[in-house]
Amino acid sequence: MIKRPFFITKSYWFALVLAFLSILSAGSAYCQTNSGVKETSLKELKEFNTTDLVMDHILNHYSWHLWGNTYVYLPVILISKKGIDVFSSERIETGEHIYQGHYTYSLINDKIVALNDHGKPEATLTKKIWNFSITKNVASLLFSVFLLFVILIPVGISSTKRLNKTPKGMQSVLEPFVVFIRDEVAIPNMGQNATRFLPFLLTIFFFVWINNLLGLVPFFPGGANLSGNISFTLALATITLILTLFNAKKPYWKHIFLPEVPVLMYVIMVPVELIGIITKPIALTIRLFANITAGHVLILSLISLIFIFKNAWLATASIPFTLFISLIELLVGLIQAFIFTALAALYIGMAVNEHVEH
Amino acid sequence: MIGSIAALGAGLAAIGAGIGIGNIGGSAMEGIARQPEAAGKIQTAMLIAAALVEAVALFAVVVSFLGLK
Repeated sequence: MIKRPFFITKSYWFALVLAFLSILSAGSAYCQTNSGVKETSLKELKEFNTTDLVMDHILNHYSWHLWGNTYVYLPVILISKKGIDVFSSERIETGEHIYQGHYTYSLINDKIVALNDHGKPEATLTKKIWNFSITKNVASLLFSVFLLFVILIPVGISSTKRLNKTPKGMQSVLEPFVVFIRDEVAIPNMGQNATRFLPFLLTIFFFVWINNLLGLVPFFPGGANLSGNISFTLALATITLILTLFNAKKPYWKHIFLPEVPVLMYVIMVPVELIGIITKPIALTIRLFANITAGHVLILSLISLIFIFKNAWLATASIPFTLFISLIELLVGLIQAFIFTALAALYIGMAVNEHVEH
Repeated sequence: MIGSIAALGAGLAAIGAGIGIGNIGGSAMEGIARQPEAAGKIQTAMLIAAALVEAVALFAVVVSFLGLK
């Protein structure tokens, strides 16, 4: 047996995941308030409003709604120069809706604001607070990362042990995707540099895909609209942009600042090329965000048709159609993950490739 | 009134997406009919092009969402 360092063994990673999960659950449990004050269990019956329902499912919240009146109250973490405030979101989402920490915090329009001494939200105070809360989207992100660790790392370890044998188990499921990304996406676009950037591309692919899939699961721990959140997609696109700019070689910059056109055209070409550097990540952002959000809106609207028409028999038409659309959304989730990866490979490839004779 | 203009914008975007992706699908099918061995490559290229065209249509949807608020 070749001696392997401990840090890549299966037991290390499972211990790590277990430690991570216990810390997360202990932290959430610590933040749960154990005051005896309970909300009245019967909420006021409101008129069904489709827009509110759809927006509620698409936007981010400080608590995770499970069913009926049951919520998982996630910790709110606010950092300012005065110190760190950690408390359960139950304090600001129910009851008095105010928490007194270093500042007086309140939840207005789904945003945490600081109240001044008169009890009114004050923007200058709110600016000093940095919000590092574990919101529904952050919790979903941590869960999808955990899922990726649990699925991919054992496969990675066992695949190195089975180098010349046929793949078995999860490896046989994932290997076609990995080989496809390597052979059809990375190598055609990046040539020699493919091995350098392949971990990044594969991470993007599986991360976006698993978040798309989790968004379609209607119950906990799925159902958080993470890949339809523009901050998430913007972060991924920004990382791609940074990789492109920091790995770009001279031919890339030459094409932007000194294109091979008559000198008078520089007035048009150089600004357009500069704007082109920015628009490509923006397009990546909006493409993923809009596709996933539109899919969720569509599914929710089709189910809401039953409640708009207040007719239970409509369900015989609505539910099969919603099922059909959900299957399409599964496909769209995979396609959008693939497109993000392919375009990221294209942009990075254009930056790192050596000059090609035209 | 604003709400219906936003809906109108989204509907026009859907027309654009429909025409674009329909063209792509039609050309892809023609290509596959001419050379069935290349079906895999054509399908991959079709999906990429469809996603790009759909992105443009979804830019319009996002703008109509913004117009809704």
